[in-house]
Amino acid sequence: MDKNSKLSVVTKGFLKENPVFVLVLGTCPTIAVTTGLVGAVSMGLAATAVLICSNLVISLLRNIIPDKVRIPCFIVIIAGFVTLVQMLMHAYLPDLYELLGIYLALITVNCIILGRAEMFASKNRPLDSVLDGLGMGLGFTIALICMALIREVFGKGQIWGVDIPFLKDHTIGFLTKSPGGFLVFGLLIALSTVIAAKQGKPAPKLGCAQCPQAGICRSAGVTDDDCAKTEGGND
Amino acid sequence: MKELLIILMSSVLVDNYVLSKTLGICPFLGVSKKIDQAVGMGIAVIFVMIMATAATWPVQVYLLDPNGLGYLQTIVFILVIAALVQFIEIVLKKFIPGLHKALGVYLPLITTNCAVLGVTIDNFGNHSVGGEIITGLNFGQSLVYAAGSGLGFLLAMVLFSGVRSRIDGPTTPKVFRGLPVTLIAASVVSLAFLGFGGIIDNLFK
Repeated sequence: MDKNSKLSVVTKGFLKENPVFVLVLGTCPTIAVTTGLVGAVSMGLAATAVLICSNLVISLLRNIIPDKVRIPCFIVIIAGFVTLVQMLMHAYLPDLYELLGIYLALITVNCIILGRAEMFASKNRPLDSVLDGLGMGLGFTIALICMALIREVFGKGQIWGVDIPFLKDHTIGFLTKSPGGFLVFGLLIALSTVIAAKQGKPAPKLGCAQCPQAGICRSAGVTDDDCAKTEGGND
Repeated sequence: MKELLIILMSSVLVDNYVLSKTLGICPFLGVSKKIDQAVGMGIAVIFVMIMATAATWPVQVYLLDPNGLGYLQTIVFILVIAALVQFIEIVLKKFIPGLHKALGVYLPLITTNCAVLGVTIDNFGNHSVGGEIITGLNFGQSLVYAAGSGLGFLLAMVLFSGVRSRIDGPTTPKVFRGLPVTLIAASVVSLAFLGFGGIIDNLFK
């Protein structure tokens, strides 16, 4: 692989294959921790760190892990790195540890990380997997920042915890609650649909095709059509 | 008794896992299109949440905490849940094939559902019960909390599958069809649950 394609492995996660707005993975933290920029950035970087490390280890072990038990193996590797990040944050950044709370532990079951392990790291060489992890992790961070910017500026009248003069007195309080999260996320996905339509690409749908458990879903009789409910969205 | 009732009611209505804590969104959006699938998934989640709590609570209190291994919580819990789900599936298949037929297909999906791992970790977190904050529920309270969280999940799934059947019509603007309007509908349902905010404190005064 030459230098350009290496770079594109990293940058494709930023916009073209953004894990949140295009692949629609990792919805839970996207809505839960984006009430402020501080939480969004720290969550994004914590997930990026876990993603890079787990991608590297899974890629190194890709010929050793038996196919049948690969998902439990991936989960154990990911959970190990999440524990590491938790311990480091608890020791050095206790405020952020408190702020992220349970969502830090739940990086373990974030489908971006499991999805990249399944889709990329288990099939590619270590260096490419690390770059893919970096790109996807930063793409996740960018998406969280977009959400948090809208919610913090209009919901709290603040930016990075600092008051904005005029907006401070005219806040839309519900944006900082969970309904606001669903709403802003819906609007941003609509924006992503418009951009995808302009480029002639299919509209974003719930990331079932990327989900490591898609096979289970299908055998459960939940068809792609049920899962990805975007039929008629872009015809 | 009153305490347990408060925990149950607040985990179903006020701190609803899907609509208030926004955990377990994937199945909430993915499997809520048909009401029978929504009910099947909801019941399977209740079942696994209770079993997972019954398994992880003793592990934390009698195994991890006394040995100073509290930091292994995440990794141990996810392993216990994964093994438990496999075990439940095998047992159901062997002894209660009818139930396995109804729920079995949803069980493997739940292993990596963040709401299940969330409940088992939340059992050791802070809870406001009747005006005072309790850190770490006891075993009975944990089971009630898990049951309430599962019921809340089922309630959200059933309500939302009703809403969804009406939103994806021809009157929806083209850009919003599919996922965006689904999320905005979820926002409205979630807004309705915001209204339960102070109900518990006033109900049990």
